[in-house]
Amino acid sequence: MADSKDFTAGIDSNAKKSPRRIVFITRRTSAQVKTADEEQVQSFPEVLFRAVVAIQVLAIALVWIALVFNAPLEGLADPSHTPNPAKAPWYFLGLQEMLHYFPPVVAGVLAPGLVVMALVVIPYFKVNIEAEGLFLKDRLRRLRVFYFVAIALSLFLLFFKVYAALVPTLIMAAVMLLAAQSSPQSPSAFRRYLAARPLSYWVMTWFLFELVVLTAIGTFFRGPGWSWVWPWQGS
Amino acid sequence: MAKTFDQYFEDLRGTRVWRSIFRSGAGSSTLHRALAIQQNVFLHLFSTKVRTRMLSFSGTWYLGTLTLGTFLILVATGIPLMLYYHPSAPQAYADTKDLQFVVSSGLFLRNLHRWSAHAMVFLVFAHMFKVFYRGAYRTPREFNWVIGVVLLLMTLLLSYTGYLLPWDQLAYWAITVGSNIASAVPVMGDKIHFLLLGGHAVNANALLRFYVLHCMILPLTAMFFVAIHFWRIRKDGGLYSHASEPATLRANASAVATTAKEAQ
Repeated sequence: MADSKDFTAGIDSNAKKSPRRIVFITRRTSAQVKTADEEQVQSFPEVLFRAVVAIQVLAIALVWIALVFNAPLEGLADPSHTPNPAKAPWYFLGLQEMLHYFPPVVAGVLAPGLVVMALVVIPYFKVNIEAEGLFLKDRLRRLRVFYFVAIALSLFLLFFKVYAALVPTLIMAAVMLLAAQSSPQSPSAFRRYLAARPLSYWVMTWFLFELVVLTAIGTFFRGPGWSWVWPWQGS
Repeated sequence: MAKTFDQYFEDLRGTRVWRSIFRSGAGSSTLHRALAIQQNVFLHLFSTKVRTRMLSFSGTWYLGTLTLGTFLILVATGIPLMLYYHPSAPQAYADTKDLQFVVSSGLFLRNLHRWSAHAMVFLVFAHMFKVFYRGAYRTPREFNWVIGVVLLLMTLLLSYTGYLLPWDQLAYWAITVGSNIASAVPVMGDKIHFLLLGGHAVNANALLRFYVLHCMILPLTAMFFVAIHFWRIRKDGGLYSHASEPATLRANASAVATTAKEAQ
């Protein structure tokens, strides 16, 4: 007990307490991986030129549209005369469609708030970075979770009679089931593609599907009192 | 011997005045091309070189570039529109009518502004989904994705505030429907609604507020975030290309190492 060291040397099996780094360098691979340099072009003028051409094509297309189609302009704003239906701009019609089914605090505040939150956090989840096929690992447990979420969501939508959102949900669930039955070795290219899709892909595609369907319904299929009308019925 | 257009242009680039404006100077060497980007206050946001594979249309569909294009068109048409517009009710409607029928090319100006605005909202959404499906939000581009989400909200707000300005029935009731959602926010809903409109319903105060937001606050904020968005592309290693990412290269290298080991 003569010398009192302020450290002890030893081997510990707990990697969290005493981390060690061991490097194995085999004969055939060098420690630094050097890959071939990728071919590059100068931004000026090659990329700049392409960007200008792209914007020019867009400008020509928009000028043409502006020459042919007139922007809508209705009568003077009149607070005493409410048009039926009063519609929001098209990109909010999905939201307005949801307002038809749910109380404003759910459809107008909670849902869009959660969507924005979900979009922001996408890149911060490791599962989205690794992006492995959803049903490739731990298949049974993930299938159970999938069944639970899909059935709970469908029942929820059914309970509130949100058929407009229920149908895309069921279609997506069917495609996901097909993905669960597909393997990366499948002879069909489509099945291989499905098998490799990660969780974020399914959630985002479901969101995109709902967004398109609800916006389309709000835009083309809603008439007086937000009742269902066919586009050819007029108003 | 007659000079070609290119030679005249080269002479122009060599003049003292040109060189005083553009710092990169004459010449078309690789160095000068790099300087043309690097020494320009706007272009230096971008990298001087781009991977050749990123120029392919299928990689990006040029959606980000096109979104910038709509924004530029909207600024270019929006400023002349401001010259013919008073943000007061009901004068705003009369001004819009004048744009339709009295002002030379006023109808075209308004049409182009309106359709470009719709195009921008659509392109921003398309750009977001394209980036998502390419997985281009991956490290180290996480924060640029977040800035992109902010820009999506900016775009929606820009379009939404512009929607009221014609002061017709369409504008008035669309904003009434939209702003009523703000009232649904728990606890502070009515306060937010009042702050947004400057009153309990859409009125002349709301028009003025939306005008200031639409023409001043939101475009400047959007430009600020757009600048960061572009600059981050360069800082985060250029446009995303799955095959060129360090993570992919590492995975490939370890796969090669494993194969080599098995062969031994």
